[in-house]
Amino acid sequence: MYDGGKIIIGLIIFIGISIFPFILTMGKAVAKPEPKLDTPEIQKMVEKKCVESKMYMKTEHMVMLNDWRDAVVRDGLRLYKATDGKLYDMSLQNTCMKCHSSKKNFCDQCHNYVAVKPYCWDCHIAPQEGT
Amino acid sequence: MLETALKGSRTYWIWILFLLTIIGIGLIFYIKQFIVGLGITGMSRDVSWGFYISQFTFLVGIAASGVMVVLPYYLHNYKAFGRITILGEFLAIAAVLMCMLFIFVDLGQPLRVLNVILHPTPNSVMFYDMIVLSGYLFLNALVGWTALSSERKGVPPPKWLKIFVIISIVWAPSIHTVTAFLYQGLPGKHFWMTAIMAARFLASAFSSGPALLIILALIIRKFTKFDPGKEAIQALGKIVTYFMITNVFFLGLEFFTAFYSAIPAHTHPFVYLYAGLEGYNKLVPLMWLSNILAIISLVLLVIPQLRRNEMLLAIASVCVFFSLWIDKGFGLIVGGFVPNSFEKITEYWPTIPEVLIALGVWSIGFLVLTILYKIAVSVREEVGSIDIHH
Amino acid sequence: MSIRRRDFLKIAGVSAIAGIGGVSALSLLKIKGSEASSYIEDPKTLKGKRWAIAIDIQKFQTPEDYARVINACHSIHNVPDIGNPKEEIKWIWTESYEHSFPSQDYGNPYIQDHLKKKPFLVLCNHCDNPPCVRVCPTKATFKRKSDGIVMMDMHRCIGCRFCMAGCPYGARSFNWRDPRPYIKKINPEFPARMKGVVEKCTFCYQRIAVGLQPACVEASKGAMIFGDLADPNSEIRRVLSSRYTIRRKPELGTNPSIFYIIGG
Repeated sequence: MYDGGKIIIGLIIFIGISIFPFILTMGKAVAKPEPKLDTPEIQKMVEKKCVESKMYMKTEHMVMLNDWRDAVVRDGLRLYKATDGKLYDMSLQNTCMKCHSSKKNFCDQCHNYVAVKPYCWDCHIAPQEGT
Repeated sequence: MLETALKGSRTYWIWILFLLTIIGIGLIFYIKQFIVGLGITGMSRDVSWGFYISQFTFLVGIAASGVMVVLPYYLHNYKAFGRITILGEFLAIAAVLMCMLFIFVDLGQPLRVLNVILHPTPNSVMFYDMIVLSGYLFLNALVGWTALSSERKGVPPPKWLKIFVIISIVWAPSIHTVTAFLYQGLPGKHFWMTAIMAARFLASAFSSGPALLIILALIIRKFTKFDPGKEAIQALGKIVTYFMITNVFFLGLEFFTAFYSAIPAHTHPFVYLYAGLEGYNKLVPLMWLSNILAIISLVLLVIPQLRRNEMLLAIASVCVFFSLWIDKGFGLIVGGFVPNSFEKITEYWPTIPEVLIALGVWSIGFLVLTILYKIAVSVREEVGSIDIHH
Repeated sequence: MSIRRRDFLKIAGVSAIAGIGGVSALSLLKIKGSEASSYIEDPKTLKGKRWAIAIDIQKFQTPEDYARVINACHSIHNVPDIGNPKEEIKWIWTESYEHSFPSQDYGNPYIQDHLKKKPFLVLCNHCDNPPCVRVCPTKATFKRKSDGIVMMDMHRCIGCRFCMAGCPYGARSFNWRDPRPYIKKINPEFPARMKGVVEKCTFCYQRIAVGLQPACVEASKGAMIFGDLADPNSEIRRVLSSRYTIRRKPELGTNPSIFYIIGG
């Protein structure tokens, strides 16, 4: 192997860089995300259910919002007929956030935990906090 | 071959460091632009394209001009260009890279640039621009690199390469034609709406590009043991001469059409650029500087005795380059937006951050060019001054 | 077994490409949405094939008449007031006769005073043959097949501003910086925009979808007539066939959908 020493030093540096986030957080517990569902609007509901099942919303809400946006903006279709037949206005601000009225206690909980920053809020307006 | 770029003289490394510094400064300001938005530039609602897009336009021309050395050599077997075809091809690579970067720094949402591929839109000229630019980059990288590798090994280039050479010759004018189509098909932009826009683009490309190549060839001769050859430089001089004449002729055609027809919307941009309109005249000194440089260059180029003097040819080339840089790399884009759609005037002048970002992009181009030329020159120095057989 | 560096790099490169390709191919296979759900059009949606507005300029008399219409639009759409004309964002605003119709009657000093001095409302013309749509490289601006509205998908816009160069009416504005701090009063029911995208009038597609007329038309108190050009019995067709109207730069072949009622 040519330049064996240099390669090995390079490899060590590479490994160091790749594992340094783990070393940095080793032993530290990060608070578990707890999205809150106790908003006034949800309290009022008889059957506490989102547009689809909780499991589906948990895993697919980002895909769903993406599809909603294309349907509304590009195809002019504004109503969502859910699996249970109920109709919803496909609107982040006027439907989703009416119930989930605290972005801080709902969206941000998981998004911060997994360190994703969806750019929804660059344009869309979140409800005022503290109500 | 890349390793040859890692060994160089003190001057070489000082030059590289200098370029890296400018790139660093440009990057800092680009980060600022990325965070704040394009508001840090001089562009406005009325002049919505500025320095970046005009640099892009000018550089597509430089890239396309590589064909001016490739064509005589490969199609007409013009031996004198054998030594500089590689310089033309590598210049094209650096220029196309700068073009792409200038488009990128001009985007309001640069992270979404892949939308152009995710949602391909064949009715947009931008779609074709993306295709022809990346294709041209690929062709020049392939042809240049393969030819140089063969040269280093002392063998003729592989036969299949010829096919790509021919494709690249046809491809070169296409990149600049498509760039002209970005502008010349827009309803209501009277300054750009001219059928000879593409032709004018090619004429200015084929004069400014070889002019730059002459300057680069002379620099290479001064700083390295590689001599691009007197005959090649003189032949380039002739190319510059004919295309500069054509370019000035085309500009004259534009003037005639605008002013003899006397249609106000057609004359206004010309009046704004060369004389000032309603008291607005920011670009007038620049445009006249461009004209004066064009005249000086023509005098030096047209008279054979002057052109044969390499010093004067170098001066003429610098004049051609800057004359056309002002004309195409500045006035042409701004002129299209002044006056605006309401026949009102908003002037444009680039801001300091904007110029520094543009300088950063130019430096990236020159860095790539320096490295590629270093490799080419090292290979030439290695194989000695024997004539090159392709 | 020995492996040459060149071959190693080749194998590594090919497997990297195959890996990336495989992942993206897999993501395409993923089922979209829930199977039993569907998207449907709101039954309240106004039905039309090609929406248009006729502006009766004689009904605009006081500055208040204009301001009311402009504010109605700008306030519900969260249009910022940047204050710097170079970075201005506007969906509907006023221009003088000669600036609105530069090709109509260029430099004619003898036109009627009421035209010469009158401000004209200008907005996106929702052209039948829109140059902005033709030039957009991502279909971020597109013409809706159903009703001819020239829409903006701000999610997709890359901010290349080709549409601004293409629009002969100066109808498009670019967000040169984050507009949020410049919005006086935020309408929580409509989104704002982010820096780096182009925006313009969308013919109030969100109001049409729930059976309402565009906000400017509603605020104009009858001075603007909204309707479907494809419907021969619509009010707008009746107005267009009975009164003299002009459009901006008709010679460009864009076929604008905004009409200005000049004569009686």
